[in-house]
Amino acid sequence: MLIAPLLLFVVVTFIVPILSMLFRSVENDIVPDTIPGVVTELAEWDGSVGAPPSEQVFRYLYLDLFKASEAKQHTRLGTRLNYEKTGLSSLLRTTGRSLDDVGEEWQDPLEDIDANFKDGAFWYQMMSGTDGEDLLEERRDLWAAMVGESMAGDVGFVPSEQVAQMLPWTTRAYTDFAIWTAIEDEDSVAEEDPWEAVYGALGMDLTNPETVSAIQSYTGPGADALKAAAANVGQLPQTGFREAFAAENEDWLSPDVWATIKLYSSSMTSGYFLNAVDMQLTPDGIEQKPENQQIYTQLFMRTLVMALIITASCVVLGYPVAWLLANLPMRTASILMILVLLPFWTSLLVRTSAWKVLLQQQGVINEILVWLGFVNDADRLILMNNATGTIIAMTHILLPFMILPLYSVMKTIQPSYLRAAKSLGATNWTAFWRVYFPQSVPGIGAGSILVFILAIGYYITPEIVGGTSGVFISNRIAYHISSSLNWGLAAALGSILLVVVLGLYWCYDKIVGIDNVKLGG
Amino acid sequence: MTDGASNDAFVEFERVQKSYDGETLVVKDLNLSMPKGEFLTMLGPSGSGKTTCLMMLAGFETATHGDIRLGGVSINNIPPHKRGIGMVFQNYALFPHMTIAENLAFPLEVRKLGKAEREQKVKRALDMVEMGDFGGRRPAQLSGGQQQRVALARALVFEPELVLMDEPLGALDKQLREKMQFEITYLAHQLGITTVYVTHDQTEALTMSDRVAVFDDGRIQQLAPPDKLYETPENSFVAQFIGENNTLEGVVKEIKGNTCVIELDGGEVIDAVPVNVSKVGERTRVSIRPERVEYNRDRLHADAHTLKAEVLEFIYMGDIFRTRLRVAGNDEFVIKTRNAPDQVRLKRGQQIEIGWLAEDCRALDA
Repeated sequence: MLIAPLLLFVVVTFIVPILSMLFRSVENDIVPDTIPGVVTELAEWDGSVGAPPSEQVFRYLYLDLFKASEAKQHTRLGTRLNYEKTGLSSLLRTTGRSLDDVGEEWQDPLEDIDANFKDGAFWYQMMSGTDGEDLLEERRDLWAAMVGESMAGDVGFVPSEQVAQMLPWTTRAYTDFAIWTAIEDEDSVAEEDPWEAVYGALGMDLTNPETVSAIQSYTGPGADALKAAAANVGQLPQTGFREAFAAENEDWLSPDVWATIKLYSSSMTSGYFLNAVDMQLTPDGIEQKPENQQIYTQLFMRTLVMALIITASCVVLGYPVAWLLANLPMRTASILMILVLLPFWTSLLVRTSAWKVLLQQQGVINEILVWLGFVNDADRLILMNNATGTIIAMTHILLPFMILPLYSVMKTIQPSYLRAAKSLGATNWTAFWRVYFPQSVPGIGAGSILVFILAIGYYITPEIVGGTSGVFISNRIAYHISSSLNWGLAAALGSILLVVVLGLYWCYDKIVGIDNVKLGG
Repeated sequence: MTDGASNDAFVEFERVQKSYDGETLVVKDLNLSMPKGEFLTMLGPSGSGKTTCLMMLAGFETATHGDIRLGGVSINNIPPHKRGIGMVFQNYALFPHMTIAENLAFPLEVRKLGKAEREQKVKRALDMVEMGDFGGRRPAQLSGGQQQRVALARALVFEPELVLMDEPLGALDKQLREKMQFEITYLAHQLGITTVYVTHDQTEALTMSDRVAVFDDGRIQQLAPPDKLYETPENSFVAQFIGENNTLEGVVKEIKGNTCVIELDGGEVIDAVPVNVSKVGERTRVSIRPERVEYNRDRLHADAHTLKAEVLEFIYMGDIFRTRLRVAGNDEFVIKTRNAPDQVRLKRGQQIEIGWLAEDCRALDA
């Protein structure tokens, strides 16, 4: 009971973010939410034939994309698909701009056939009716999924079940228009002229002979206009939506584009994880990315190797200092301790920037080396903006995390052990190596775990002194979080990092044993 | 010290001084000579310099001044690991990351002994301390007494001629301590090892040692076999420190050969042996052991001086009676009498007369 507040705090601030990150790395709702009709229809399409999908798919694409572009969601979809296939972002962006033009190819002739089609109130009257509540709610849910809002509220429009039976495409398009107009634009549906997409949808319906024959026996509102339209189908474009999209951009006929959309149309995806290990999902299965696009495995390896080097440097540099701390007289030791802790009291940014001053080619170290004549003025050492800089600066910054656990373990090793070893005939070195060192190993273990795990996720220092060859995987994660906004990939990279760290921890436990890790006492 | 005595000595301290800070001497002018095979105990209160002496002998501290010799050779400049001295530490200092057998094999390993020989010696040493079955365990799995035995075996396994022990029984309970006291002395004598043993427990010192060096204030106050130490202390520190002791203060009134007469501060007169007094009128502190005080007039010499005493407390302790008296203004005067059939049991408030043989009462420094 007493730890309940802490537990709650940990759950809210630690476990929940981690779980949400893990979830984000496989989540792919954006494709099925934005173009639900296309996703459903594409399930039937066989990409291996090498032909673009049917007219039906393009009709759904038109209506879904029209909605998405009204809600400015088509660019998000483009960004998402662009992670998997470059070019899809611009394809969707340019297509989104010309969707109105496509609709006008049907709108103009329809308005010529019957001027009533120009009138928003006429459309409202024709589409309104009874028993269409289910359809309204269904369309409302689709909207809600796409924009991520509830879209609740009074639409002021109920589609007519009778018209819906007769003109399914038109009713769906008009209902979408009505919901958007009423809820998002907060306008009266009856006073607004419908979207171009509604005309396009009417064109789709009019290509169906059953619809045409149903119109003949229809007597409801707008029957005359519909009959006139049905009678003059010949004035409408004779080509379908596939041709319309192809006219905007040839790529819409490319089976590759459609294969990508189909691959990433499920609401869960392994795409981010595959990306994070330089693989990709293709219609033929999982395969390696082209050589020049492989960066993450190399980056993971570099992060691991550099973290190991930093840990090793910390052991080498920290061990003697910890030994002095534990064995010097109290007064001297506490002065030394202050020197060890001093970096802790300085801002990380200040320390890293100080290293920048020291390490740059015109910096303190190079100047001194040149002045002393160790280094030629022409070939000054490149100590920064590469792995060397990261290792030097991070070893310094993480050193206290090695020294403190080592010190607290060494403090518990009584000097009488060394004396006993010497009295038994061991030289200073043997006494140290056989008796003192084994007892200090738990401290090395604790310090190493601490330093390694801190190092593997380090961000600021590599960012400042690492250049391009000294950056860590965390810098890439930060880039995807704040610059490229590919959170899914960032989450996948983060999850892999987490698993790697846990895996190493497990190995450490198996080899050394966590019981052998002591932070003190 | 004559040349003859020097040849006989195995361990020698000659005018050794030690100072940690360069100002105060922790050990002042230490002279000590031990023959081979002796069991010598350094006894003293804490801070008396006894452990420092041991550490100098082991090589962990260097003497500021003077010479320490082992087998006739000065060891001042020999590092500890080359001295070949076995040592048992206060906290045993068994290496926690090694098994018992590994602990014992350690000194043999650094001496580059072969594996078979090592194992044989380790086994023999463990059997010697009756720990033969524990070779595979870790020190933390043993009780204090068992660790003690292992530490002893480890100090002996490489067959050193000299073994140092720094309060090795301090952490054990009373019963175990007594048992170990016996075992250590037995082993030391049986193996003929020269032993220097440091303790602040006087009972331990008396029961175990051939000779005891009583340390105080950086000097050896008295170096003597236990019985001499107890019965004929040479100064009042030793008299106070070893065993129970009654003290009375006064002035020397008369010295005649082996006895003297002391006039106490209250005016009473008693007989004593002059030890640290040389002339009449000197202040002195006389010391008398509780068990040497007699209150049965018949057992005293006819001419012996007696003192009036009042019984303040009578404690029945089974084998003895312990009676606290007020004597010459001293409320803490204790006498001990054997529980014998003819012994009188005193009562509180009873007025008695006490006396002693002059040779049991020693006039020491004031």
